[in-house]
Amino acid sequence: MGTQVFYFVATLSIIFSLMVIFAKNPIHSVLYLILTFFTFTVHYVLLNAQFLAVVNFIVYMGAIMVLFLFVLMLLNLNKETEPVKSPLIKIVGVIAGCCLVVTLVGSFKAASINSPLVLKNQSLGLVENLGKELFGPFLLPFELSSLLLLAAMVGAVLLSKRDEVEA
Amino acid sequence: MEISFVIEKFILVAVIFGISLVIAMYSTYAERKVAAYLQDRLGPDRAGPFGILQPLADGVKMFMKEEIIPASSNKWLFIVGPGLALLCACIGTAVIPWGSPMEIGGKMVPLQVADINVGVLYIFGVVSLGVYGVMIGGWASNNKYSLLSAIRAASQNISYEIAMGLSIIALLLMTNTLSLKEIVDQQHGWRWNVLYQPLGFLIFMVCSFAETNRAPFDLPECETELIGGYHTEYSSMKLGFYLFAEYINMFVSSAVMATLYFGGYNYPGMDYMATLLGPTWAPLFGVGIFFLKIVFFIFFFMWVRWTIPRFRYDQLMNLGWKGLIPLAIANIIITGIVIAIIEKF
Repeated sequence: MGTQVFYFVATLSIIFSLMVIFAKNPIHSVLYLILTFFTFTVHYVLLNAQFLAVVNFIVYMGAIMVLFLFVLMLLNLNKETEPVKSPLIKIVGVIAGCCLVVTLVGSFKAASINSPLVLKNQSLGLVENLGKELFGPFLLPFELSSLLLLAAMVGAVLLSKRDEVEA
Repeated sequence: MEISFVIEKFILVAVIFGISLVIAMYSTYAERKVAAYLQDRLGPDRAGPFGILQPLADGVKMFMKEEIIPASSNKWLFIVGPGLALLCACIGTAVIPWGSPMEIGGKMVPLQVADINVGVLYIFGVVSLGVYGVMIGGWASNNKYSLLSAIRAASQNISYEIAMGLSIIALLLMTNTLSLKEIVDQQHGWRWNVLYQPLGFLIFMVCSFAETNRAPFDLPECETELIGGYHTEYSSMKLGFYLFAEYINMFVSSAVMATLYFGGYNYPGMDYMATLLGPTWAPLFGVGIFFLKIVFFIFFFMWVRWTIPRFRYDQLMNLGWKGLIPLAIANIIITGIVIAIIEKF
């Protein structure tokens, strides 16, 4: 049953992520992106990673996408305000896309498809085990990434403060 | 998966859904009665004895009103908005433990739909999702006042979610679990979390007022500044959905507050009652006590609404970012230090 659910949800993920690109209205794009993230949450649950699932739910769906939606609603983008793209940019885009496809196909061929990755510890995704891993063997990278986030936060505050002084 | 398991959960879900709707319905009645009492009026008293049929009359009115979808609105999203608001309000009840396991026909039945080990985070996720209903509805109306209101609602919810999350972290430091069932069981015998986390509870409660858009934080609705609010363009039952979602949210956050801080279905003398009433009726008595606590909190929501004037928008943001978040962080640090000292000695 797990495999069937996976294929169903995976199909949905692909459809929704395609809709993100093809939707004409930016707001619709964001809404499809939210649906895509929701299907990712389901994937995490299928992988028995409940903590990651719920964090993905809260952080990506509940916070980041709200901010995206917030900004786009204020910008009120539509066809008239869309910048006209020159043919050169379109050609560059096509070439870049083809390069990406080649890279992806190459990496998929390199990865052996016949031996699927099996989790050694099925309950690795539960909060307790994840916490022990993060604060045990992976303490340094974890703390470093939190420092990075802090730096980004301080930078954002600094940027908004400078505007205030000049005005 | 056995068929009896599915049936059991289905019945439980149906009962909880029904109870949520009935409580939300009668919250509208209670709100008018409480307001009337606080303002020295009578309140609704025409429909039935003491006006107790008033919610039914309101419901019929909502259904019968003409349904208007503005021509320039985004039709699909205009319909999705209120539906999403009501859906997000209802799914929060899934992880709340309503009572201790109950014996029915020699079988122990847990009075909780899903005891997931990330229950607290699930509640948090549902709360953070709730704002989409308002945002989508406000934007799809294609009305600048609705949009402004939707943006107000979004920024208010995001701001207060942070303080709410931080206040819960202090609680989790003590409980060492994310499962709501275990948190309730730990509070057995007067070890209610509110006694150990009074500041955390206060922050959590203020944030739940803001998350449910209730006064004094009902900024997304304002007649003088915004004509109505995010639901200005809505009519008929779609408007009803938005109003209803607010009351269900109130019910769910009351239940969460009672669960996390006020011992859930625990009450003094519970063990004595368990021997007296037996394994079938004692849990039901506990459910009753739990609902009494919930009703008290719902009353508290209304009491505050009709007592305290609302905030200005900048005051709201100041309180959230400069008041509650530092307080919540201080609470985490103090809790952490105290726990470390207790474990050391």
